[in-house]
Amino acid sequence: MIRVLLPTHLRTLANVQGEVELELEGEATQRLVLDALETNYPMLRGTIRDQATQQRRAFLRFFGCGEDLSHDSPDAPLPDAIVTGAEPFMVVGAMAGG
Amino acid sequence: MRDRTAENAEVVFCENRVEPRKGALMSGVRLLVGTRKGAFVLTSDENRERWDVSDPSFAGWEIYHLKGSPADPNRLYASQSTGWFGQLIQRSDDGGKSWQPMGNKFEYDGVPGTHQWYDGTPHPWEFARVWHLEPSLDDPDSIYAGVEDAALFRSNDGGGTWQELSGLRGHGSGSSWAPGAGGLCLHTIVLDPRDPERIFVAISAAGVFRTDDGGKTWRAANRGLHSGGIPDETAEVGHCVHKLAMHPSRPDVLFMQKHWDVMRSDDAAESWQEVSGNLPTDFGFAIDVHAHEPETIYVVPIKSDSEHYPPDGKLRVYRSRSGGNEWEALTEGLPQKDCYVNVLRDAMAVDSLDSCGVYFGTTGGQVYASADAGDTWAPIVRDLPAVLSVEVQTLP
Repeated sequence: MIRVLLPTHLRTLANVQGEVELELEGEATQRLVLDALETNYPMLRGTIRDQATQQRRAFLRFFGCGEDLSHDSPDAPLPDAIVTGAEPFMVVGAMAGG
Repeated sequence: MRDRTAENAEVVFCENRVEPRKGALMSGVRLLVGTRKGAFVLTSDENRERWDVSDPSFAGWEIYHLKGSPADPNRLYASQSTGWFGQLIQRSDDGGKSWQPMGNKFEYDGVPGTHQWYDGTPHPWEFARVWHLEPSLDDPDSIYAGVEDAALFRSNDGGGTWQELSGLRGHGSGSSWAPGAGGLCLHTIVLDPRDPERIFVAISAAGVFRTDDGGKTWRAANRGLHSGGIPDETAEVGHCVHKLAMHPSRPDVLFMQKHWDVMRSDDAAESWQEVSGNLPTDFGFAIDVHAHEPETIYVVPIKSDSEHYPPDGKLRVYRSRSGGNEWEALTEGLPQKDCYVNVLRDAMAVDSLDSCGVYFGTTGGQVYASADAGDTWAPIVRDLPAVLSVEVQTLP
Protein backbone atom coordinates (compact mmCIF):
# COMPACT_ATOMS: atom_id res chain seq x y z
CA MET A 1 0.00 0.00 0.00
CA ILE A 2 1.38 3.36 -1.07
CA ARG A 3 0.50 6.49 0.87
CA VAL A 4 0.29 9.68 -1.19
CA LEU A 5 0.17 13.13 0.35
CA LEU A 6 -1.37 15.74 -1.93
CA PRO A 7 -1.23 19.53 -1.63
CA THR A 8 -4.30 21.23 -0.20
CA HIS A 9 -5.82 22.32 -3.53
CA LEU A 10 -5.63 18.82 -4.95
CA ARG A 11 -7.12 17.27 -1.82
CA THR A 12 -10.03 19.68 -2.20
CA LEU A 13 -10.37 18.86 -5.87
CA ALA A 14 -10.28 15.11 -5.23
CA ASN A 15 -12.58 15.52 -2.24
CA VAL A 16 -10.25 13.66 0.09
CA GLN A 17 -8.94 14.41 3.54
CA GLY A 18 -5.49 13.43 4.71
CA GLU A 19 -3.48 10.96 2.71
CA VAL A 20 -4.60 8.86 -0.23
CA GLU A 21 -3.86 5.15 -0.08
CA LEU A 22 -3.21 3.21 -3.26
CA GLU A 23 -2.71 -0.46 -4.04
CA LEU A 24 -0.38 -1.06 -6.97
CA GLU A 25 0.15 -4.02 -9.26
CA GLY A 26 3.84 -4.57 -9.92
CA GLU A 27 6.95 -2.72 -8.88
CA ALA A 28 6.14 0.71 -7.50
CA THR A 29 7.41 3.59 -9.59
CA GLN A 30 6.41 7.23 -9.88
CA ARG A 31 4.59 6.46 -13.09
CA LEU A 32 2.56 3.62 -11.56
CA VAL A 33 1.73 5.70 -8.51
CA LEU A 34 0.50 8.57 -10.66
CA ASP A 35 -1.35 6.22 -13.00
CA ALA A 36 -3.16 4.67 -10.04
CA LEU A 37 -3.83 8.07 -8.52
CA GLU A 38 -5.40 9.35 -11.74
CA THR A 39 -7.42 6.17 -12.20
CA ASN A 40 -8.89 6.48 -8.72
CA TYR A 41 -9.28 10.25 -8.91
CA PRO A 42 -9.81 11.21 -12.57
CA MET A 43 -10.28 14.85 -11.67
CA LEU A 44 -6.55 14.98 -10.91
CA ARG A 45 -5.60 14.25 -14.53
CA GLY A 46 -3.50 17.08 -15.85
CA THR A 47 -2.95 18.69 -12.47
CA ILE A 48 0.27 16.86 -11.50
CA ARG A 49 1.67 15.96 -14.90
CA ASP A 50 0.83 17.15 -18.37
CA GLN A 51 -1.74 14.90 -20.02
CA ALA A 52 0.01 14.85 -23.36
CA THR A 53 3.70 14.72 -22.40
CA GLN A 54 3.34 13.09 -18.96
CA GLN A 55 5.92 15.59 -17.72
CA ARG A 56 5.71 16.74 -14.11
CA ARG A 57 4.22 20.22 -13.89
CA ALA A 58 6.91 22.81 -13.33
CA PHE A 59 5.76 24.08 -9.94
CA LEU A 60 5.37 20.64 -8.38
CA ARG A 61 7.94 18.36 -6.79
CA PHE A 62 7.91 14.78 -5.57
CA PHE A 63 9.45 14.21 -2.14
CA GLY A 64 9.89 11.06 -0.11
CA CYS A 65 12.12 9.70 2.65
CA GLY A 66 13.70 13.12 3.01
CA GLU A 67 14.77 13.14 -0.63
CA ASP A 68 13.73 15.11 -3.68
CA LEU A 69 12.62 12.41 -6.12
CA SER A 70 11.47 14.87 -8.77
CA HIS A 71 14.30 14.26 -11.18
CA ASP A 72 14.36 10.51 -10.82
CA SER A 73 13.18 8.51 -13.79
CA PRO A 74 9.41 7.98 -13.67
CA ASP A 75 10.13 4.30 -14.13
CA ALA A 76 12.73 4.00 -11.36
CA PRO A 77 11.72 1.90 -8.34
CA LEU A 78 10.58 3.98 -5.39
CA PRO A 79 12.38 3.71 -2.04
CA ASP A 80 11.39 0.72 0.05
CA ALA A 81 9.97 2.88 2.81
CA ILE A 82 7.47 4.34 0.34
CA VAL A 83 6.67 0.94 -1.14
CA THR A 84 5.90 -0.50 2.28
CA GLY A 85 3.84 2.52 3.30
CA ALA A 86 6.21 3.49 6.08
CA GLU A 87 6.74 6.86 4.40
CA PRO A 88 4.38 8.81 2.13
CA PHE A 89 5.01 9.79 -1.47
CA MET A 90 4.59 13.54 -1.26
CA VAL A 91 3.36 15.78 -4.09
CA VAL A 92 4.49 19.24 -3.09
CA GLY A 93 3.55 22.56 -4.60
CA ALA A 94 6.19 25.27 -4.88
CA MET A 95 5.91 27.90 -2.17
CA ALA A 96 5.64 30.81 -4.54
CA GLY A 97 3.12 33.20 -5.93
CA GLY A 98 0.77 35.77 -4.52
CA MET B 1 -37.25 49.17 -45.02
CA ARG B 2 -37.44 47.06 -41.97
CA ASP B 3 -34.80 44.38 -41.64
CA ARG B 4 -36.86 41.22 -41.27
CA THR B 5 -33.74 39.16 -40.78
CA ALA B 6 -32.80 41.16 -37.77
CA GLU B 7 -36.31 40.89 -36.41
CA ASN B 8 -36.22 37.14 -36.74
CA ALA B 9 -32.82 37.04 -35.14
CA GLU B 10 -34.14 38.90 -32.16
CA VAL B 11 -36.96 36.42 -31.69
CA VAL B 12 -34.56 33.50 -31.84
CA PHE B 13 -32.21 35.18 -29.45
CA CYS B 14 -34.89 35.88 -26.92
CA GLU B 15 -36.02 32.28 -26.97
CA ASN B 16 -32.48 31.04 -26.74
CA ARG B 17 -31.51 33.22 -23.87
CA VAL B 18 -34.62 32.25 -21.95
CA GLU B 19 -35.11 35.93 -21.47
CA PRO B 20 -38.54 37.32 -22.21
CA ARG B 21 -39.05 40.40 -24.29
CA LYS B 22 -38.94 43.85 -22.87
CA GLY B 23 -41.89 44.42 -20.61
CA ALA B 24 -42.17 40.91 -19.30
CA LEU B 25 -41.95 40.17 -15.60
CA MET B 26 -38.52 39.17 -14.35
CA SER B 27 -37.44 37.89 -11.00
CA GLY B 28 -33.83 38.86 -10.78
CA VAL B 29 -30.26 38.65 -11.91
CA ARG B 30 -27.27 36.47 -11.13
CA LEU B 31 -23.76 37.79 -11.62
CA LEU B 32 -20.97 35.31 -12.20
CA VAL B 33 -17.70 36.87 -11.13
CA GLY B 34 -14.32 35.31 -11.86
CA THR B 35 -11.37 36.54 -9.81
CA ARG B 36 -7.71 35.82 -9.21
CA LYS B 37 -8.65 33.73 -6.19
CA GLY B 38 -11.98 32.11 -6.89
CA ALA B 39 -15.48 32.53 -8.29
CA PHE B 40 -18.32 34.43 -6.68
CA VAL B 41 -22.04 34.45 -7.43
CA LEU B 42 -23.88 37.70 -6.73
CA THR B 43 -27.67 37.64 -6.80
CA SER B 44 -30.43 40.21 -6.55
CA ASP B 45 -34.04 40.71 -7.41
CA GLU B 46 -35.17 42.90 -10.28
CA ASN B 47 -34.60 46.07 -8.25
CA ARG B 48 -30.89 45.32 -8.06
CA GLU B 49 -30.50 47.22 -4.82
CA ARG B 50 -29.74 44.46 -2.31
CA TRP B 51 -27.31 41.73 -3.21
CA ASP B 52 -26.28 38.40 -1.80
CA VAL B 53 -22.61 37.59 -2.26
CA SER B 54 -21.70 33.92 -2.18
CA ASP B 55 -18.71 32.40 -0.50
CA PRO B 56 -15.90 31.74 -2.97
CA SER B 57 -16.00 28.66 -5.17
CA PHE B 58 -12.63 27.21 -6.20
CA ALA B 59 -10.98 29.28 -3.49
CA GLY B 60 -7.42 30.18 -4.31
CA TRP B 61 -7.66 29.35 -8.02
CA GLU B 62 -7.71 31.81 -10.90
CA ILE B 63 -11.11 31.88 -12.53
CA TYR B 64 -10.58 33.55 -15.86
CA HIS B 65 -14.20 33.17 -16.90
CA LEU B 66 -17.48 31.53 -16.03
CA LYS B 67 -20.67 31.73 -18.00
CA GLY B 68 -24.15 30.26 -18.08
CA SER B 69 -25.87 28.51 -20.94
CA PRO B 70 -28.45 30.70 -22.69
CA ALA B 71 -30.50 27.54 -23.21
CA ASP B 72 -30.44 26.46 -19.56
CA PRO B 73 -29.62 29.12 -16.98
CA ASN B 74 -28.77 26.51 -14.36
CA ARG B 75 -26.00 25.12 -16.54
CA LEU B 76 -22.80 27.04 -15.79
CA TYR B 77 -19.26 26.48 -16.96
CA ALA B 78 -16.10 27.79 -15.31
CA SER B 79 -12.47 27.96 -16.34
CA GLN B 80 -10.32 27.21 -13.29
CA SER B 81 -6.53 27.32 -13.39
CA THR B 82 -3.32 27.99 -11.56
CA GLY B 83 0.32 27.94 -12.53
CA TRP B 84 0.79 25.04 -10.12
CA PHE B 85 -1.91 22.63 -11.23
CA GLY B 86 -2.86 23.74 -14.73
CA GLN B 87 -6.30 23.95 -16.25
CA LEU B 88 -9.59 22.56 -15.05
CA ILE B 89 -13.09 22.98 -16.41
CA GLN B 90 -15.95 22.93 -13.93
CA ARG B 91 -19.64 22.55 -14.64
CA SER B 92 -22.68 23.27 -12.54
CA ASP B 93 -26.17 22.00 -13.28
CA ASP B 94 -27.83 23.86 -10.43
CA GLY B 95 -26.93 27.47 -10.97
CA GLY B 96 -23.64 27.35 -9.10
CA LYS B 97 -24.71 25.54 -5.93
CA SER B 98 -22.51 22.59 -6.79
CA TRP B 99 -19.82 21.90 -9.37
CA GLN B 100 -18.25 18.91 -11.07
CA PRO B 101 -14.83 18.83 -12.73
CA MET B 102 -15.14 18.03 -16.42
CA GLY B 103 -12.65 17.20 -19.14
CA ASN B 104 -9.50 19.27 -19.18
CA LYS B 105 -7.56 17.76 -22.03
CA PHE B 106 -7.00 20.49 -24.58
CA GLU B 107 -4.84 18.88 -27.20
CA TYR B 108 -3.96 20.73 -30.37
CA ASP B 109 -4.96 18.95 -33.52
CA GLY B 110 -2.01 17.42 -35.35
CA VAL B 111 1.49 18.82 -35.13
CA PRO B 112 1.09 22.15 -33.34
CA GLY B 113 3.89 23.97 -35.15
CA THR B 114 5.07 27.41 -34.14
CA HIS B 115 3.92 30.99 -33.81
CA GLN B 116 6.06 34.06 -33.28
CA TRP B 117 7.53 34.76 -29.90
CA TYR B 118 7.96 38.26 -28.49
CA ASP B 119 11.37 38.56 -30.07
CA GLY B 120 10.15 37.42 -33.46
CA THR B 121 11.58 33.92 -33.25
CA PRO B 122 9.44 30.81 -33.82
CA HIS B 123 7.92 29.43 -30.63
CA PRO B 124 6.13 26.10 -30.25
CA TRP B 125 2.39 26.26 -29.72
CA GLU B 126 1.81 25.40 -26.04
CA PHE B 127 -1.47 25.21 -24.20
CA ALA B 128 -1.51 27.51 -21.16
CA ARG B 129 -5.11 28.14 -20.10
CA VAL B 130 -8.71 28.74 -21.12
CA TRP B 131 -9.48 32.44 -21.27
CA HIS B 132 -13.09 32.39 -22.34
CA LEU B 133 -16.01 29.96 -22.39
CA GLU B 134 -18.91 30.59 -24.74
CA PRO B 135 -21.88 28.24 -24.41
CA SER B 136 -23.96 27.55 -27.49
CA LEU B 137 -27.08 29.66 -27.84
CA ASP B 138 -29.37 26.66 -28.05
CA ASP B 139 -27.67 23.54 -26.63
CA PRO B 140 -26.52 23.41 -22.99
CA ASP B 141 -24.08 20.60 -23.80
CA SER B 142 -22.34 22.50 -26.56
CA ILE B 143 -19.70 25.04 -25.64
CA TYR B 144 -16.68 26.78 -27.14
CA ALA B 145 -13.42 27.52 -25.32
CA GLY B 146 -10.90 30.15 -26.35
CA VAL B 147 -7.44 29.25 -25.15
CA GLU B 148 -3.83 30.42 -24.87
CA ASP B 149 -1.80 29.71 -27.02
CA ALA B 150 -4.53 30.88 -29.33
CA ALA B 151 -6.94 28.24 -30.51
CA LEU B 152 -10.65 27.49 -30.43
CA PHE B 153 -11.98 24.27 -28.94
CA ARG B 154 -15.50 22.89 -28.84
CA SER B 155 -17.21 20.37 -26.61
CA ASN B 156 -20.47 18.73 -27.60
CA ASP B 157 -20.81 16.63 -24.45
CA GLY B 158 -21.14 19.23 -21.75
CA GLY B 159 -17.42 19.76 -21.30
CA GLY B 160 -16.44 16.11 -21.09
CA THR B 161 -14.20 16.14 -24.13
CA TRP B 162 -12.78 18.93 -26.27
CA GLN B 163 -11.87 19.07 -29.93
CA GLU B 164 -9.90 21.83 -31.57
CA LEU B 165 -11.43 23.67 -34.52
CA SER B 166 -8.01 23.65 -36.06
CA GLY B 167 -8.93 25.47 -39.23
CA LEU B 168 -8.44 28.67 -37.26
CA ARG B 169 -4.91 27.96 -36.10
CA GLY B 170 -4.26 26.53 -39.52
CA HIS B 171 -5.15 29.83 -41.10
CA GLY B 172 -2.25 30.72 -43.35
CA SER B 173 -1.18 33.51 -41.03
CA GLY B 174 -0.95 31.34 -37.93
CA SER B 175 2.81 31.07 -37.88
CA SER B 176 3.04 34.88 -37.78
CA TRP B 177 0.76 35.40 -34.78
CA ALA B 178 2.55 36.97 -31.85
CA PRO B 179 1.44 37.25 -28.23
CA GLY B 180 0.23 40.40 -26.56
CA ALA B 181 1.49 41.26 -23.10
CA GLY B 182 -0.96 38.76 -21.60
CA GLY B 183 0.00 35.96 -23.93
CA LEU B 184 -1.23 34.70 -27.31
CA CYS B 185 -4.80 34.32 -26.20
CA LEU B 186 -8.11 33.74 -27.91
CA HIS B 187 -10.24 35.78 -25.53
CA THR B 188 -13.43 36.64 -27.40
CA ILE B 189 -16.00 34.36 -29.04
CA VAL B 190 -19.12 35.91 -30.53
CA LEU B 191 -21.83 33.63 -31.87
CA ASP B 192 -24.21 34.89 -34.55
CA PRO B 193 -27.78 34.26 -33.33
CA ARG B 194 -29.02 34.35 -36.92
CA ASP B 195 -26.56 31.82 -38.31
CA PRO B 196 -25.02 29.06 -36.16
CA GLU B 197 -22.30 28.56 -38.75
CA ARG B 198 -20.95 32.08 -38.29
CA ILE B 199 -18.56 32.76 -35.41
CA PHE B 200 -16.29 35.71 -34.72
CA VAL B 201 -13.21 35.32 -32.53
CA ALA B 202 -10.56 37.78 -31.42
CA ILE B 203 -6.95 36.99 -30.59
CA SER B 204 -4.31 39.14 -28.95
CA ALA B 205 -2.30 40.08 -30.86
CA ALA B 206 -3.49 38.63 -34.16
CA GLY B 207 -6.90 40.25 -34.58
CA VAL B 208 -10.39 39.21 -35.59
CA PHE B 209 -11.23 36.06 -37.51
CA ARG B 210 -14.59 34.94 -38.89
CA THR B 211 -15.92 31.59 -39.97
CA ASP B 212 -19.08 31.05 -42.00
CA ASP B 213 -18.95 27.26 -41.94
CA GLY B 214 -19.03 26.40 -38.27
CA GLY B 215 -15.30 26.66 -37.75
CA LYS B 216 -13.88 24.65 -40.63
CA THR B 217 -12.39 27.62 -42.43
CA TRP B 218 -11.57 31.09 -41.23
CA ARG B 219 -10.52 34.39 -42.64
CA ALA B 220 -8.94 37.41 -41.08
CA ALA B 221 -11.40 40.27 -40.59
CA ASN B 222 -9.24 43.25 -39.75
CA ARG B 223 -9.66 45.63 -42.69
CA GLY B 224 -9.75 49.18 -41.42
CA LEU B 225 -7.73 48.53 -38.27
CA HIS B 226 -4.62 50.67 -37.78
CA SER B 227 -2.11 49.60 -35.16
CA GLY B 228 0.97 51.66 -34.46
CA GLY B 229 3.91 49.63 -33.33
CA ILE B 230 3.64 46.90 -35.94
CA PRO B 231 5.65 47.12 -39.14
CA ASP B 232 2.61 47.38 -41.41
CA GLU B 233 -0.03 49.36 -39.51
CA THR B 234 -2.84 48.00 -41.68
CA ALA B 235 -1.62 44.41 -41.93
CA GLU B 236 -4.10 41.58 -42.45
CA VAL B 237 -3.18 40.21 -39.01
CA GLY B 238 -1.16 41.42 -36.04
CA HIS B 239 -3.68 43.70 -34.33
CA CYS B 240 -4.18 43.61 -30.60
CA VAL B 241 -7.96 43.43 -30.45
CA HIS B 242 -9.08 43.51 -26.84
CA LYS B 243 -12.80 42.72 -27.05
CA LEU B 244 -15.78 42.49 -29.42
CA ALA B 245 -19.45 43.10 -28.67
CA MET B 246 -22.60 42.51 -30.69
CA HIS B 247 -26.28 43.24 -30.15
CA PRO B 248 -28.18 40.07 -31.04
CA SER B 249 -30.78 41.93 -33.07
CA ARG B 250 -28.07 43.15 -35.46
CA PRO B 251 -25.50 40.39 -35.95
CA ASP B 252 -23.74 42.31 -38.70
CA VAL B 253 -22.90 45.22 -36.42
CA LEU B 254 -19.89 44.67 -34.21
CA PHE B 255 -18.13 46.95 -31.78
CA MET B 256 -14.50 46.60 -30.80
CA GLN B 257 -12.23 47.89 -28.10
CA LYS B 258 -8.79 47.57 -29.61
CA HIS B 259 -5.52 48.09 -27.75
CA TRP B 260 -5.90 51.65 -28.91
CA ASP B 261 -9.07 52.76 -30.76
CA VAL B 262 -12.75 51.94 -30.40
CA MET B 263 -14.06 50.59 -33.68
CA ARG B 264 -17.32 49.47 -35.29
CA SER B 265 -18.23 47.35 -38.25
CA ASP B 266 -21.56 47.42 -40.05
CA ASP B 267 -20.78 44.56 -42.39
CA ALA B 268 -19.99 41.59 -40.16
CA ALA B 269 -16.32 42.54 -39.76
CA GLU B 270 -15.66 42.95 -43.47
CA SER B 271 -14.42 46.43 -42.59
CA TRP B 272 -13.98 48.59 -39.52
CA GLN B 273 -14.29 52.32 -38.81
CA GLU B 274 -12.95 54.16 -35.82
CA VAL B 275 -15.58 55.63 -33.46
CA SER B 276 -13.35 56.77 -30.61
CA GLY B 277 -14.64 60.33 -31.04
CA ASN B 278 -14.35 62.43 -27.90
CA LEU B 279 -13.17 59.72 -25.51
CA PRO B 280 -10.47 60.99 -23.15
CA THR B 281 -8.34 58.02 -24.22
CA ASP B 282 -9.24 55.27 -26.63
CA PHE B 283 -7.20 52.61 -24.85
CA GLY B 284 -9.18 50.11 -22.83
CA PHE B 285 -10.31 46.54 -22.57
CA ALA B 286 -14.06 46.13 -22.02
CA ILE B 287 -16.90 47.07 -24.36
CA ASP B 288 -20.57 46.12 -24.31
CA VAL B 289 -23.92 46.98 -25.89
CA HIS B 290 -27.15 48.01 -24.15
CA ALA B 291 -29.64 45.14 -24.06
CA HIS B 292 -32.45 47.07 -25.75
CA GLU B 293 -30.69 49.88 -27.61
CA PRO B 294 -28.32 48.48 -30.23
CA GLU B 295 -26.66 51.85 -30.78
CA THR B 296 -25.92 52.41 -27.09
CA ILE B 297 -22.48 51.14 -26.17
CA TYR B 298 -20.23 51.30 -23.12
CA VAL B 299 -16.46 51.42 -22.64
CA VAL B 300 -14.15 52.15 -19.72
CA PRO B 301 -11.27 54.29 -20.99
CA ILE B 302 -7.90 53.39 -19.50
CA LYS B 303 -5.05 55.87 -19.58
CA SER B 304 -2.56 53.92 -21.65
CA ASP B 305 -0.92 50.59 -22.25
CA SER B 306 1.89 51.60 -19.93
CA GLU B 307 -0.40 52.84 -17.14
CA HIS B 308 -3.29 50.46 -16.78
CA TYR B 309 -5.62 52.69 -14.78
CA PRO B 310 -8.21 55.38 -15.53
CA PRO B 311 -7.12 58.89 -16.49
CA ASP B 312 -6.85 61.43 -13.66
CA GLY B 313 -7.70 58.84 -11.01
CA LYS B 314 -11.37 59.01 -12.06
CA LEU B 315 -13.27 55.82 -12.77
CA ARG B 316 -15.60 56.73 -15.61
CA VAL B 317 -17.73 54.58 -17.85
CA TYR B 318 -18.35 56.24 -21.19
CA ARG B 319 -21.62 55.71 -23.01
CA SER B 320 -22.42 56.48 -26.60
CA ARG B 321 -26.04 56.51 -27.69
CA SER B 322 -25.06 56.94 -31.31
CA GLY B 323 -23.01 53.81 -31.85
CA GLY B 324 -19.79 55.66 -31.19
CA ASN B 325 -18.06 58.99 -31.85
CA GLU B 326 -20.16 60.93 -29.36
CA TRP B 327 -19.52 59.83 -25.81
CA GLU B 328 -20.70 60.95 -22.38
CA ALA B 329 -18.96 60.27 -19.10
CA LEU B 330 -20.98 58.33 -16.52
CA THR B 331 -19.63 59.14 -13.09
CA GLU B 332 -22.42 59.22 -10.53
CA GLY B 333 -21.58 56.72 -7.82
CA LEU B 334 -18.12 55.92 -9.20
CA PRO B 335 -14.92 57.13 -7.49
CA GLN B 336 -13.77 60.40 -9.00
CA LYS B 337 -10.45 60.70 -7.27
CA ASP B 338 -7.57 58.44 -6.26
CA CYS B 339 -8.84 55.50 -8.29
CA TYR B 340 -6.17 53.44 -10.04
CA VAL B 341 -7.83 50.16 -10.93
CA ASN B 342 -8.25 48.49 -14.29
CA VAL B 343 -11.32 46.91 -15.89
CA LEU B 344 -10.33 43.83 -17.86
CA ARG B 345 -11.80 42.69 -21.16
CA ASP B 346 -14.31 40.15 -19.84
CA ALA B 347 -15.28 42.18 -16.80
CA MET B 348 -18.33 44.05 -18.14
CA ALA B 349 -21.82 42.73 -18.77
CA VAL B 350 -25.40 43.91 -19.26
CA ASP B 351 -28.64 42.32 -18.12
CA SER B 352 -31.87 42.40 -20.10
CA LEU B 353 -34.32 43.75 -17.56
CA ASP B 354 -36.57 46.56 -18.73
CA SER B 355 -34.18 49.12 -17.37
CA CYS B 356 -30.94 47.68 -18.63
CA GLY B 357 -28.46 46.85 -15.87
CA VAL B 358 -24.77 47.39 -16.52
CA TYR B 359 -22.06 45.75 -14.42
CA PHE B 360 -18.31 45.78 -14.28
CA GLY B 361 -15.56 44.52 -12.02
CA THR B 362 -12.15 45.98 -11.31
CA THR B 363 -8.68 44.74 -10.56
CA GLY B 364 -9.18 46.33 -7.14
CA GLY B 365 -11.92 43.84 -6.34
CA GLN B 366 -14.94 46.08 -6.71
CA VAL B 367 -18.03 45.08 -8.67
CA TYR B 368 -20.19 48.04 -9.65
CA ALA B 369 -23.79 47.89 -10.79
CA SER B 370 -26.06 50.33 -12.52
CA ALA B 371 -29.76 49.52 -12.69
CA ASP B 372 -30.49 52.50 -14.95
CA ALA B 373 -28.32 51.88 -17.99
CA GLY B 374 -25.32 53.65 -16.52
CA ASP B 375 -26.86 56.86 -15.19
CA THR B 376 -26.03 55.95 -11.60
CA TRP B 377 -23.74 53.37 -10.07
CA ALA B 378 -23.23 51.64 -6.75
CA PRO B 379 -20.76 49.01 -5.61
CA ILE B 380 -22.21 45.57 -5.00
CA VAL B 381 -19.03 44.48 -3.27
CA ARG B 382 -15.75 46.29 -2.73
CA ASP B 383 -13.17 43.82 -1.56
CA LEU B 384 -13.07 40.75 -3.76
CA PRO B 385 -9.80 39.53 -5.23
CA ALA B 386 -8.90 41.18 -8.54
CA VAL B 387 -11.85 40.69 -10.88
CA LEU B 388 -11.09 38.92 -14.16
CA SER B 389 -14.58 38.48 -15.55
CA VAL B 390 -18.20 39.43 -14.97
CA GLU B 391 -21.16 37.77 -16.64
CA VAL B 392 -24.81 38.27 -15.84
CA GLN B 393 -27.82 36.04 -16.16
CA THR B 394 -31.28 37.55 -16.26
CA LEU B 395 -33.40 34.97 -14.51
CA PRO B 396 -37.04 34.24 -15.22
